[in-house]
Amino acid sequence: MQGDTIAAVSTAMSSSGIGIIRISGSESFAIADRIYSSKGGRKRLSDQKSHTIHYGFIKDGDEVIDEVLVMLMRGPRSYTAEDTVEINCHGGVYAMRRVLDTAVKNGARPAEPGEFTKRAFLNGRLDLSQAEAVMDIIQAKNEYALKSSLSQLKGSVREAVRSIREKIIYHIAYIESALDDPEHISLEGYPGELDSVVDELQGKLGRLIDSAEDGRVMAEGIRTVIVGKPNAGKSSLMNLLVGEERAIVTDIAGTTRDILEENISLSGISLNIIDTAGIRDTKDVVEQIGVSRAKEYAKDADLIIYVVDASTGLDDNDEQIIEMLRGRQAIVLLNKADLEAVTTEEMLSDKVEGPVISISVKENTGIGELENQLKSMFYKGDISFNDEVYITNIRHKAALVSAKESLSQVRDSIAVGMPEDFYSIDLMSAYEELGTIIGESVGEDLVNEIFSKFCMGK
Amino acid sequence: MNTLVENTDIVVVGAGHAGCEAALACARLGLDTIVFTVSVDSIALMPCNPNIGGSSKGHLVREIDALGGEMGKNIDRTFIQSKMLNKSKGPAVHSLRAQADKAEYSRRMRKILENTDHLQIVQAEVTEIIVEDGVLKGVKTYSGAVYNCRACILCTGTYLKARCIYGDVSTYTGPNGLQAANYLTDSLKANGVEMYRFKTGTPARIDKRSVDFSKMEEQFGDERIVPFSFSTDPEEVQIEQESCWLTYTNKKTHEIIRANLDRSPLYSGMIEGTGPRYCPSIEDKVVKFADKDRHQVFIEPEGLHTNEMYVGGMSSSLPEDVQHEMYHSVPGLENAKIVRNAYAIEYDCINPRQLSATLEFKSIRGLFSGGQFNGSSGYEEAAAQGLVAGINAALEVKGREQIILDRSQSYIGVLIDDLVTKENREPYRMMTSRSEYRLLLRQDNADLRLTPVGHEAGLVSDEVYRALLEKKKMIEDEINRVENLHVGANKTVQSFLEAHGSTPLKTSVTMGDLVRRPELDYEMLKEIDEDRPELPWQAGEQVNINIKYEGYIKRQLKQVEQFRKLEEKKIPPDIDYDDIQSLRIEARQKLKLYGPVSIGQASRISGVSPADISVLLVYLEQRRYRGGQ
Repeated sequence: MQGDTIAAVSTAMSSSGIGIIRISGSESFAIADRIYSSKGGRKRLSDQKSHTIHYGFIKDGDEVIDEVLVMLMRGPRSYTAEDTVEINCHGGVYAMRRVLDTAVKNGARPAEPGEFTKRAFLNGRLDLSQAEAVMDIIQAKNEYALKSSLSQLKGSVREAVRSIREKIIYHIAYIESALDDPEHISLEGYPGELDSVVDELQGKLGRLIDSAEDGRVMAEGIRTVIVGKPNAGKSSLMNLLVGEERAIVTDIAGTTRDILEENISLSGISLNIIDTAGIRDTKDVVEQIGVSRAKEYAKDADLIIYVVDASTGLDDNDEQIIEMLRGRQAIVLLNKADLEAVTTEEMLSDKVEGPVISISVKENTGIGELENQLKSMFYKGDISFNDEVYITNIRHKAALVSAKESLSQVRDSIAVGMPEDFYSIDLMSAYEELGTIIGESVGEDLVNEIFSKFCMGK
Repeated sequence: MNTLVENTDIVVVGAGHAGCEAALACARLGLDTIVFTVSVDSIALMPCNPNIGGSSKGHLVREIDALGGEMGKNIDRTFIQSKMLNKSKGPAVHSLRAQADKAEYSRRMRKILENTDHLQIVQAEVTEIIVEDGVLKGVKTYSGAVYNCRACILCTGTYLKARCIYGDVSTYTGPNGLQAANYLTDSLKANGVEMYRFKTGTPARIDKRSVDFSKMEEQFGDERIVPFSFSTDPEEVQIEQESCWLTYTNKKTHEIIRANLDRSPLYSGMIEGTGPRYCPSIEDKVVKFADKDRHQVFIEPEGLHTNEMYVGGMSSSLPEDVQHEMYHSVPGLENAKIVRNAYAIEYDCINPRQLSATLEFKSIRGLFSGGQFNGSSGYEEAAAQGLVAGINAALEVKGREQIILDRSQSYIGVLIDDLVTKENREPYRMMTSRSEYRLLLRQDNADLRLTPVGHEAGLVSDEVYRALLEKKKMIEDEINRVENLHVGANKTVQSFLEAHGSTPLKTSVTMGDLVRRPELDYEMLKEIDEDRPELPWQAGEQVNINIKYEGYIKRQLKQVEQFRKLEEKKIPPDIDYDDIQSLRIEARQKLKLYGPVSIGQASRISGVSPADISVLLVYLEQRRYRGGQ
């Protein structure tokens, strides 16, 4: 999408409290006017000269978000060679996010990673010799953003988006099958049914948007995944760290079949901690899903905590997990230190690179050591979290809002009795938007869904 | 050695639906054309279903017609039943389908071919292509005869190394027992062409006298028939129609099939080709959709002068005895006499990635191809490609710029773009859901979209083109008038609205606003539109659709604008993707493999991300600077 107006935070989201929101594109002055208010309330930025600075406030409706300085640059005399507005915020990270959010609400699109630089280059602002660097930046930033977007997205949100998308594509496929084979599949009475499905999906999206507003969509903090064999004590550890009876704990191996997720703070370090199903070879289908998800989450994690039951021996399943830890930031917890040890610290140290700590979740010993280990890894910079998460959150929110709008359009079309083929146009827009959140494009999804769910053709 | 040597401008290999359009286009553009067929009696043969058109395929036929092709005209003169599908739905998905008299369809097309200047039919099997330095020079036939030519279009359909199979019986023949073409594949491979092996199938044909129609539902054609061709006078097609019949499979049918699955060549591994998912055999349906206890079966006449009927919905490759038992379990078919068994057919085709969007081989200049040979399926898909390949081969020989139809312009464009840019592992069929701009690509406006292209190419006469321009102007003027015509809340208007269940006016609105009301349309509003000019109904239809769906149409037009921008950003053919370090390895491999001509095309290749596209844009810009310096 070239030519539209984009916005992003152009400084690092540090806690220093000062940052710049940059808006670039033909609509940037108009958008700035919609959210800016001067002291007297009369000044229109569009009427002001290029390369001037203006004092005032950014407002979301009537609410003042921040006191700001706004710098105006008309194209081609700006970094991107387009009309550009830079808003200097003072109110800290939260205010910066709100300002960007408000700009997006008023017509700007959250910029893709590296997009300002790309525009600058394509508009002839950068030196030819910089092209290589520009290409590297674009590719690197995108890869980073995609990875961080996916890994920072809360598991529960990812699942919610996925399930909404599944419903949407099912209904598009149904409509399309009926259009393709009308003598076979009828749409008699279908609009009413679709209306209630869309109503429900809108509700779900609404709740996701609400959580995005409070930043609850993203897993903020160091993404930590607890892995281990069934009954090694992963859930008990989680409960101990969280301080409440959260995970189901029984003596039956394989109880945690789903994924549990919590935000906790240990010694001031914020962790987004995920308890996973125990990893072992299993024939139980539900458990298999849990195991494969556990592996998936471990792949994206910043830190892996591997819990080992000291009272049992290491087996093939442990080998599998140890293989998974290779090259990763990991801490090994040798649990059940209160029982007679079959597996010892030495045995593990030989096999695993990371530190090994003996603990007993039951007796609550060794947790202090775990905290110290975490602190040292964090301050040494081995593990960290990134500020990209805030920006990603705004992008996600924009996608959720626009998906919800597309669904409203579907309901409007149903209400006024538009033909069914129009529904699938808006359903498809919603499907595409939601795909950007979880990093999936449309591709052959529809055709595949049609053929797998509906019996077509003569 | 003494062999026959002849010279011609263009050679077309195959005279099926693709070959006929290709040959006619070349000859009509004034080039000496020879069309080869293994049997002159099987020109424009319909070896499977007895109909033309259907959802989205009807669009293709209209587009072929608008470009100056023959298919629409041919079916308008040989159909025996016609139906506009999806009439209760939006205009974008209305689609025409006609039952053909197969023999008549074939006979009339042959007559057209035989009487077209510059066109010669030759019965012979082409076994080799002659290529020198990447340029097509001619073809060789089984007898050793050489035909030198300046371009060649391969339309071999399902005949390459064809093999028909049912049960454990297999014969090395093309459809209907016709001779297969067993040598050309090797010649293509020797010239570096990558081949696929696909599979398709057809149901049995039964004797009408043995069918009990009282157990079936009769399916009628439309009362008012709409022709396919924009040039056909609608009055000429209001004929007496034949009926089709609907019946269903049942639990017993499914039991018979399940009990004999081990004897199906599909499941025993005897068939290796990839079959189409949209056209599954009855055994596939029963296995894949096990929860369904019945499937539709359409009994359709194959023509006026034959008793053979097509058993639509029950294609199969089960053994003969199982087929008999299976068909006989269907109500109305208890005593059905089978004239021809159902069978599956395997054949060689190409990976169409090797073609550019003009349908010319990227690596062999002058060699074009169309139809099932390109990995598609269906008569209409074949004809559409044959036409485009024919036009482009002719334009190339004439030294003129070739045409590329794009996705925003036509279903044919979508079809070809999908074939040449997407990974295609089954016979490709057109579907309306494959078109992202389908509100703009309606069957009703195919002439407005494509007749100018056909005229530019030289296939559409000046007269037809002028008439089109007039129609276009008429539509634009009328839309303008209607959008600016104010309607006051007077008594006539209010009572008209009331009579049609529409809310009375509070303030004055435009006539366009009233057309946009769901319960009203342009035609109805004639009553309160005194100054309305007399318009042909086709023009009136355009006015109605354009006003009524204005919001959506505008939205798609905007998307098209965006699309065009990327299509217009051309990628130079000599680009070296290895020189662009920032491209991800997967993207680099795919781009090298597909060799897209534009940024737009590159963006549709799976495995090429938006970031890769940004990198490409920056690279191209850098290259442009360098070139300019």
